Amino acid sequence: MSASEATLAGPPAAGVAAALAPARGTTLTGTWALVRFILRRDRVRLVVWIIGITLLVLSTAASVEGLYPTQADLDKAAQTANDNAALIALNAPSYALDTLGGQAVFNVGSFGYVVMALMGMFLVGRHTRADEEAGRTELLRATVLGRNAPVAAVLVVSAGAFAVLGGLITLSMLSQDLPTAGSVLYSVAMAAFGLLFASVTAVTVQLTEHNRAALGFAGALLGASYVLRAVGDVGDGTLSWASPMGWAQAARPYAGERWWTLLLLAGAAIVCVAVAFVLLSVRDLGGGLVPPRPGPPVASTALVGSRFGLPFRLQRASVAAWTIGLGLTGVSYGSVGQDVRDLIGNNSAFEDVIAQGGGSLTDAFFTTSLLMLALIAGGFAISSTLRLRSEEAGGRAEPLLATGLGRSPWVTSYLAVALGGSAALMTAAGLGMGLTYGVAVSDLGQVGRLVGAAVAFVPALWVLVGITLVLFGFAPRATAAAWGVLVACFVIGLFAELLDLPGWLVDLSPFQHVPAMPSQGFALTPVVALTATAAVLMVAGVAGFRRRDAGY
Amino acid sequence: MTNAIEVSGLVKTFGQTRALDGLDLTVATGEVHGFLGPNGSGKSTTIRVLLGLLRADSGRAVLLGGDPWGDAVALHRRLAYVPGDVTLWPNLSGGEVIDLLGHLRGGLDRHRRDQLLERFELDPTKKGRTYSKGNRQKVALVAALASDAELLILDEPTSGLDPLMEAVFQDTIKELTQGGRTVLLSSHILAEVEALCDRVSIIRLGRTVESGTLTELRHLTRTSIAVETERPIDRLERLAGVHDPQVDGLRARFDVDTAQLESALEFLTAFGVRSLTSQPPTLEELFLRHYGDELAELEGRTTVSRDGSSADAGAAR
Repeated sequence: MSASEATLAGPPAAGVAAALAPARGTTLTGTWALVRFILRRDRVRLVVWIIGITLLVLSTAASVEGLYPTQADLDKAAQTANDNAALIALNAPSYALDTLGGQAVFNVGSFGYVVMALMGMFLVGRHTRADEEAGRTELLRATVLGRNAPVAAVLVVSAGAFAVLGGLITLSMLSQDLPTAGSVLYSVAMAAFGLLFASVTAVTVQLTEHNRAALGFAGALLGASYVLRAVGDVGDGTLSWASPMGWAQAARPYAGERWWTLLLLAGAAIVCVAVAFVLLSVRDLGGGLVPPRPGPPVASTALVGSRFGLPFRLQRASVAAWTIGLGLTGVSYGSVGQDVRDLIGNNSAFEDVIAQGGGSLTDAFFTTSLLMLALIAGGFAISSTLRLRSEEAGGRAEPLLATGLGRSPWVTSYLAVALGGSAALMTAAGLGMGLTYGVAVSDLGQVGRLVGAAVAFVPALWVLVGITLVLFGFAPRATAAAWGVLVACFVIGLFAELLDLPGWLVDLSPFQHVPAMPSQGFALTPVVALTATAAVLMVAGVAGFRRRDAGY
Repeated sequence: MTNAIEVSGLVKTFGQTRALDGLDLTVATGEVHGFLGPNGSGKSTTIRVLLGLLRADSGRAVLLGGDPWGDAVALHRRLAYVPGDVTLWPNLSGGEVIDLLGHLRGGLDRHRRDQLLERFELDPTKKGRTYSKGNRQKVALVAALASDAELLILDEPTSGLDPLMEAVFQDTIKELTQGGRTVLLSSHILAEVEALCDRVSIIRLGRTVESGTLTELRHLTRTSIAVETERPIDRLERLAGVHDPQVDGLRARFDVDTAQLESALEFLTAFGVRSLTSQPPTLEELFLRHYGDELAELEGRTTVSRDGSSADAGAAR
């Protein structure tokens, strides 16, 4: 509109109508406009993801050379890793670990693929189902916009973002003087894996009415993909072929490149996009595949009987899904534990080396696995606490806080779910791990031992809850920073030695203070200290919320 | 205690935006008080301050004899609130939400709840996401009206309701206020305000510009007169309180300040009145006069008012 227009009255724009008339439009009409729109909305978010992942890969690749300055060092490291089932289960299959390239890929490991997938999942969910749920898609679809355009646009943006990211990863690897073919293949495999999970999410967002559930579904597939390849890589490798992450890793960058495995990723992505478009053509806007069922006309006592009723009701599905997911991951780690034991049987000299560090290699494996599980459970601890913020920002807290419900009781009712849920998650993880391993080695005493080791991580999760609550209380618009804290904990937990991080920085992660059970014994002091820290943070967070404006 | 709500000199800023700029509001116990103002004028912000959701920067606010911020919980047991834009939990049924809000407020009258569901023709088994805007509004209305709260704070409670439901709403409010309840009703539906309210306050840009009974406010505005006389009217424009005079031979049209109506009629009789129609001011005119300079500002400018829209965003959040 020109600035000089003093009136809005005027004849309809016949010129525009005439220009549009000949083109009948397709289901993809308007895709390019939406692509620009998404880039505008996410210009900061995308850059942060791309830079973050590039730095992760670059710093890992750069650190490898410092760790293993000579070929002899590399050979020794390769020997250690090849025999270490725990490392293989956590990181990646062992290909060419006696080369710098192989070590770099191995150390970025499955974590790198997971991060790529998460980037694609969040991007797609945010611009499809989240918009639809909020009613924004309706506004857009009422304009000249094809049915498939929103999905197509976000996939175009994803493809572009992953292409840029792939280019930067290639440059990162080349900057470390690694071979060109392997560097390019590795980048393409990473980008293709991310794009595949973007496409997977394009399907899951068609199935459920809520973005949260759609992301949960895609996340479960990602977890399954990770677990299948972990079990497969430790075993004979067959199971790894059932996992998309296995396909990406089977491309073997720097270790006799196999480009054709990328075709599996590309094929799966194409199938997903086709399925998404078919589902879009049969479902209603705003609806999922399952029509909503009527609910009860009156509330149950469980819902209204206490202030804990609502937060539990809102999150019970999510708590159940996380608990089952972590329990199953625990089961898979427990079953790998048996292989680790068998492997050591053939290599007693190696066991002696590890045993000097205290405990057996199997226990060391479980300690690392439990750290991994606890870090994953950190995702629940934060998202559950952030429920407070989404309820507030979504306008649903306002009518509640306008009743006899005080601010502190409202906050603590949600905290109860976050704290209790964190404990339930770790218990399930320990149970899954302990039961599988205990049955395999005919020693059910392992159950109590591993559950105890898992539960020892709970105070660290509570500290995450506390940090998130402090953000909620004092900087409600910056609560997303809690995810940055979790990422930092991941990097410290998995890459501290590799990146040679300073001790004070490592000490900032609550997970580093948890007694490393079952390798080492229980220690009361850190557990009490972590719990006390969590309590102080939570009290501060509640105090902050009590004195600030609510509802915006 | 005679006043349910006493607000004076209330100020609330959001960054650069001054959402409330010395607002005054007095609601007597037992009255239905209309709270009027253009979009973004600070109505919702005032209500949120009264609910203790926002903390005022300065000024005084007393709600039911207590401090809205400090005594929030105790006060909330005595009031019921309907937000202007109701968001529900997508996976909870309407009936569940009504019960939840009722219990949190300290119990609700089940008989009245069911009666209200019937009156408003609301299906309590549908899930939050599947309700239309009007039906979401009904969920919040039923939850509030089924309570025994002595004060109802209603922020544009009927936005999205159809005319039949609007009538049901008005009937229900009339019934409830016969029991001595106090209502603060923020609304744009002037017919609703005229039908329900004892007194109104009009605010603009975070300040109260007018407050009083509708009769008092009418007195402050103008009556339209169309007259036909035997002799041509002379020097009409020099008469005190006359606006926009249009004289066409023996016919004339003009607006006159209602306070000057009597002298105007005396003046006219001197010319021999043949016929005369007078139109009392409507609430719309009252509104337009008070919002008028904003309209003039809008028309005079080439782009849409930035101040207005940002104040709107601040107040709506």
